[in-house]
Amino acid sequence: MSKLVAFAAIQGAYNIVTKVEGLYKRAVEQYGPEQKLEFPNTGYFLPIIYSLLGIPVKDLASAKRPLEVARSLLPAHVQRATHLPYLGPLLDAGMAALFAEEIAEAIRYVDDPDFYLHSEECEVVKDADGKVDWAKSKIWLGAADDVVMRKRGVEFVDGSAPGFAAIVGAAPTPELAKEIAEEYQRRNLYVFMAANQSGTTFTEQLVESDVQVGWGTRLVPFGPDISAAVFALGFANRAAMAFGGVKPGDYRRILQYNKDRVFAFVNALGEVNAEWAANAAGCVNWGFPTIADTDIPEILPTGVCTYEHVVANVGPHEMVQKSVEVRGLKTVITKVDIPLSYGAAFEGERIRKDDLFVEFGGGKTQMTELVEMAEMDETEDGKVTVIGKDLGDLGDKGGRLPMGISVKVAGRKMQADFEPILERQIHHLINYAQGVMHIGQRDIAWVRLGRPAVEKGFTIKHFGQILHDMFHKDFGSILDKVEVTIFTEPKDVDEFTKKARAAYKSRDERVENMTDEGVETYYSCTLCQSFAPTHVCVVSPERTGLCGAYNWFDCKASYEINPTGPNQPIEKGECLDPVMGNWKGVNDFVSKASRGAVESYNFYSLLNEPMTTCGCCECIAAVLPACNGVMTVHRDYTGETPCGMKFTTLAGVMGGGQSSPGFVGHSKYNIVQRKYIVGDGGLLRMVWMPKSLKEELAEGIKRRGEEMGVPDLIDKIADETVGIDEATVLEYLQKVGHPAMEMDPITG
Amino acid sequence: MSADEIKVTAASKKDKKANPKEVTVDPATTQMLAKAQADGVETIFDRALTMKPCNIGEQGTCCKNCSQGPCRLPLPKKGIEGKDTRMGLCGATPETIAARNFARMVAAGAAAHSDHGRGVAEVFLAAARQETDDYGIKDVEKLLEIAPDFDVPTTVMVEGEDGVKVEQERDIYQIATEVGVKALGEWGKQEGEVYYAKRAPEPRYELWKELDVVPRGIDREIVEIMHRTHMGVDQDYHNIIKQCSRAALADGWAGSMIATDLQDIMFGTPYPTQGEINLGVLKKDHVNIIVHGHEPLLSEMIVVATQDPEILEYAKSKGAHGIVLAGMCCTANEILVRHGMPIAGNYLQQELAIVTGALDAMVVDVQCIMENLANVADCYHTKLITTNPRAMIESGNTLHIEFDEHHALEDAKRIVKEAIDNFTNRRSEVLIPNVKEKMVVGFSQEAIKYHLGGTFRGSYVPLNDNIINGRIRGIGGVVGCNNARTMHDSAHLIVVKELLKNDVIVLTTGCNAMACGKAGLLTPESAAVYCGPGLAEVCETVGIPPVLHMGSCVDNSRILMAATQVVKAGGLGKDISDLPAAGCAPEWMSEKAISIGQYFVASGVYTLFGVGLPVTGAPRFQKHLFEELEDIYGGMWDLELDPYEMAKKMIAHIDKKRAALGLDKKKERVLMDMADRQKLDAA
Repeated sequence: MSKLVAFAAIQGAYNIVTKVEGLYKRAVEQYGPEQKLEFPNTGYFLPIIYSLLGIPVKDLASAKRPLEVARSLLPAHVQRATHLPYLGPLLDAGMAALFAEEIAEAIRYVDDPDFYLHSEECEVVKDADGKVDWAKSKIWLGAADDVVMRKRGVEFVDGSAPGFAAIVGAAPTPELAKEIAEEYQRRNLYVFMAANQSGTTFTEQLVESDVQVGWGTRLVPFGPDISAAVFALGFANRAAMAFGGVKPGDYRRILQYNKDRVFAFVNALGEVNAEWAANAAGCVNWGFPTIADTDIPEILPTGVCTYEHVVANVGPHEMVQKSVEVRGLKTVITKVDIPLSYGAAFEGERIRKDDLFVEFGGGKTQMTELVEMAEMDETEDGKVTVIGKDLGDLGDKGGRLPMGISVKVAGRKMQADFEPILERQIHHLINYAQGVMHIGQRDIAWVRLGRPAVEKGFTIKHFGQILHDMFHKDFGSILDKVEVTIFTEPKDVDEFTKKARAAYKSRDERVENMTDEGVETYYSCTLCQSFAPTHVCVVSPERTGLCGAYNWFDCKASYEINPTGPNQPIEKGECLDPVMGNWKGVNDFVSKASRGAVESYNFYSLLNEPMTTCGCCECIAAVLPACNGVMTVHRDYTGETPCGMKFTTLAGVMGGGQSSPGFVGHSKYNIVQRKYIVGDGGLLRMVWMPKSLKEELAEGIKRRGEEMGVPDLIDKIADETVGIDEATVLEYLQKVGHPAMEMDPITG
Repeated sequence: MSADEIKVTAASKKDKKANPKEVTVDPATTQMLAKAQADGVETIFDRALTMKPCNIGEQGTCCKNCSQGPCRLPLPKKGIEGKDTRMGLCGATPETIAARNFARMVAAGAAAHSDHGRGVAEVFLAAARQETDDYGIKDVEKLLEIAPDFDVPTTVMVEGEDGVKVEQERDIYQIATEVGVKALGEWGKQEGEVYYAKRAPEPRYELWKELDVVPRGIDREIVEIMHRTHMGVDQDYHNIIKQCSRAALADGWAGSMIATDLQDIMFGTPYPTQGEINLGVLKKDHVNIIVHGHEPLLSEMIVVATQDPEILEYAKSKGAHGIVLAGMCCTANEILVRHGMPIAGNYLQQELAIVTGALDAMVVDVQCIMENLANVADCYHTKLITTNPRAMIESGNTLHIEFDEHHALEDAKRIVKEAIDNFTNRRSEVLIPNVKEKMVVGFSQEAIKYHLGGTFRGSYVPLNDNIINGRIRGIGGVVGCNNARTMHDSAHLIVVKELLKNDVIVLTTGCNAMACGKAGLLTPESAAVYCGPGLAEVCETVGIPPVLHMGSCVDNSRILMAATQVVKAGGLGKDISDLPAAGCAPEWMSEKAISIGQYFVASGVYTLFGVGLPVTGAPRFQKHLFEELEDIYGGMWDLELDPYEMAKKMIAHIDKKRAALGLDKKKERVLMDMADRQKLDAA
């Protein structure tokens, strides 16, 4: 019955395009063609139009052409008898609708700048009775900016988010909405929400059911109209450009990338009208199928999507399972033996004061975590001992407790080097539990436990249970036994903390003393290769992965855990250039892995054959020739920089896995590692950094400054409060006597 | 002969008249044949009863290549026991004789298509050089697509203002002129390879190279067949067939393919459009003109002429309500797939169009034009107008208006005016059968690609995907002529319907396409009626008929390119011979069909012919064609008179190929996890 779908969708596309043409005409009359059109903080203009047509829409005038393309894509209506083929025209009609809607949403940003809240989290205001005050609440987030896109995009890249469900409409009841959303959360999928069903939205149903919505919980309320679906697709296309290195205008590869790598689909909840049908048809271009809960005509043969295109009549309880199956996605629900839902999507949950039952650490009490390697015969697997008070002892009102979590891990392949790696997992592993919030690490850890979690039966023992179950799941190949002891008596916690601090110290010293010269083996990292297929990282002790997520120890452990996985040992071989950091073994590997595209790269230089960069990088450094130095910018900084490009533009130019002399991607931590661009003069070349990055790394920069003989280096590095153009920066450098002023010319 | 003489001759054979209900499955044909007989007009259907085919020629073992013969070497009814000692005066074996005759059919067929192609290339070059106002470059996109195949650059590096070289698009007419020169050069090329050979899937091209059958130049391969088959030259049927492959490939992958491409560039690449078919498209109160033959060069201009307001006014001044321009045979297909112009019928209906009494002019160019048209036209008022210097008719009162591409529209208008002038001369009772069918046509390989995914995702992947998952069992190419020795359209329709029932999607051209059109198989609605559930579902999804009309017989080159696209889309092997596909020509009659058959076989396709093949008198030669060629090319000939069996054999071959591809087992749904995704190839 595809004919009915085609008939409706083509009709819907006509409605949408015609409506937007009217809207556009009115906007031009009202604001003039020079009126800027943009989504907040993005280097990708209106991303669907930019990625597929290669047209950068900057103002109303430049939106004219894509709107004309939309009109020209509208096919003839499907005739009753002896009709012409309609699949191709149907997909074109869908695309036309999306182009038009993207322009409509951009015009909305002009008409009503406060319609969307530019934030990662919604503002939900409740009245005295605990009811949502819709008038005061701001729940619609609109277009994700590039900071969010990159941060969240990395989760798609590394697989911690397998895909997204674009939910349009509303569930039959708020309870069912909650059920569906939480099921997606348990499977780590993002839920992107748009459109309403007779005025009711899925988002509002969730808010009413006390479900936290926002990017943090992976339940993203884009907008109340169907046109907000463009935000989901725009997000996906930006991922293809940012991480996949696909060029704008290369529509075939953009869409193929999405079909192969972005596991997204549409859930149409409630009656499907013609405009929804047009949007669904548009999504099929991406390989995103539609799964509906109503009796709409199905399109089952495969081809444009991996499997079915439209599946109908799926009940709310089967919706999630059926959807991932239709999309060809395997999602795993992490089973942990605790009375709470568990998954990455719950990581971003906040525990508000009103919901708080008990707090550990956070300045008021001490909280400490330590993972230690132990002998096999000293460790009893699965044993969790709580020494001291438990939650029951706090009465109905709850309160505060100190906490020390001691994890003993034993295994034939366990090494002391893996201790910090496992320990660092505690943060997100505990955070994944619904209703539990974890912040920090080591002796500054902080946990908040919400009342609902406690009501469901969560006790302190369950922290241990989580760590036991998850360590076995994620690290089963290097460990055999996990035993957890949890202290909640102040005296015990203090004693444990003392012991832990000693362990941290010796560990830090060991890491600190690791050098590139001291090891023969580096590790490759192709963790992001599912998204950035041409990029290969090589990680050495003094050059951590540019995404900031993987250091040399992590790679080593990852290799032990999964010998055929994304981290492979590379014998660095003969050193061809100790200053620039160039090794024969590494070059051979890179040449092979890049199929000859990159034959050699240097670890310690951004000027000469720098390492390749992918869209996941935390920071990008660039030469400032006039200043005789370099600048770097991290992805959370959205402002302009002295090199003339924002982070997002830099990443767009660089992020395709190329080696671009004059630029290099790196992690934040790498800035304070000893070998940081040492081939170009090292950290002393650093003339500009965003203030926030400087503050974040202050301690390290000071230490490195002292080591390099410029103890006040940090104060000599300019930031945006000094200026964002080279001339102003230069003036400042000369004034403060920045060491780069005295160094050899950076170019030539 | 005068009209009366013709009628007398017919009357004298009145006991040997064809039964209109037994010689065709088409009701319009039945009705008109009855009228012809009532009008005392003899047609091919009647003569098929009175004249039997030559028994020895039918077997392919009559040699008349020198004046010492004809040597006739029939195979005894009981067959031959022991050594076959038959030979001609010179010692030629039945194999040598049959192979030589076969080769000459290939040469004639390849010559026909290719000479058509040459004409197109000449007009194209004139258009590219802007020597004519009547033809132009309509499909620029296709021009740019094929230019690289001729090593013609589409961009040029020019020095910009700052001295830096920048890439700039070249002038379209410049590109077209270079393409035209190189295309036309393909006919006279003496060495090297024809350009389009490299369009084939790489393993196929490599195989041709290895077998040394890549055509050097179109004319050369045809001439070489004529030389080799001269008395006392090539007397090894293996070696003769090798040259047949070379000449046939020069037809399919050069002459015909160039014709198709250049026609598309000049007149537009076909995209699905609606049309109507059968004699019912003629209108009593209109001037009726039929263009019949094969080349679109003239008919395109006649289309323009019949839409000219001045001409229409002229028609009205003669009392007509308008002009109906309909096509017949492959000319019909050409203007149908590009303009949706109606088709009056296929090959065996040509005389019957005149029998309606409503046809004011039949305009013919080349190929498949029965000389008897002149005799039938003399019985009615119809003017038979020949237009091509290669194709004149001595019989009857045929008018010759030579068509020259340099004043094409002028010639076309003159022809149309002749028809209009003749409107007032209608004399006998006009009877137009109230029979016509709607259809959706125009599936070029470009159109198929578009309709399988739209502007942004168009590709053959969905087709391959549904072949892999078994909704579609395979691809059947059903093409070819009509043949008065078999029931008109019957075998065509049986084969096609059997294939559809078994989920085999059908690609069609030529007279088969028209047979399907008349039977309603070219409507999207027919999918639900005739197809197996899998194919029906796919047709419903895409909105296509289960039989895809790809054009004229020259456009069989489109099937080659579609097959190549399927190979390149992946998942179905590396070569055309790996595809679950088969081809057939159930009612073939012309030598062009033999050339087509040979280029499909040499391209790796199992190709079945109905009616009969002139090879049966030479068993070893037949075995070579039917069996041994499979080991060489992956494709081979076969003969099957029963259309049900023909379909069965095609399906069996498709199943064999499916099994070889491992598609005989059901594929499980793959659910991808992160590890699977990391294994994805670089995009």
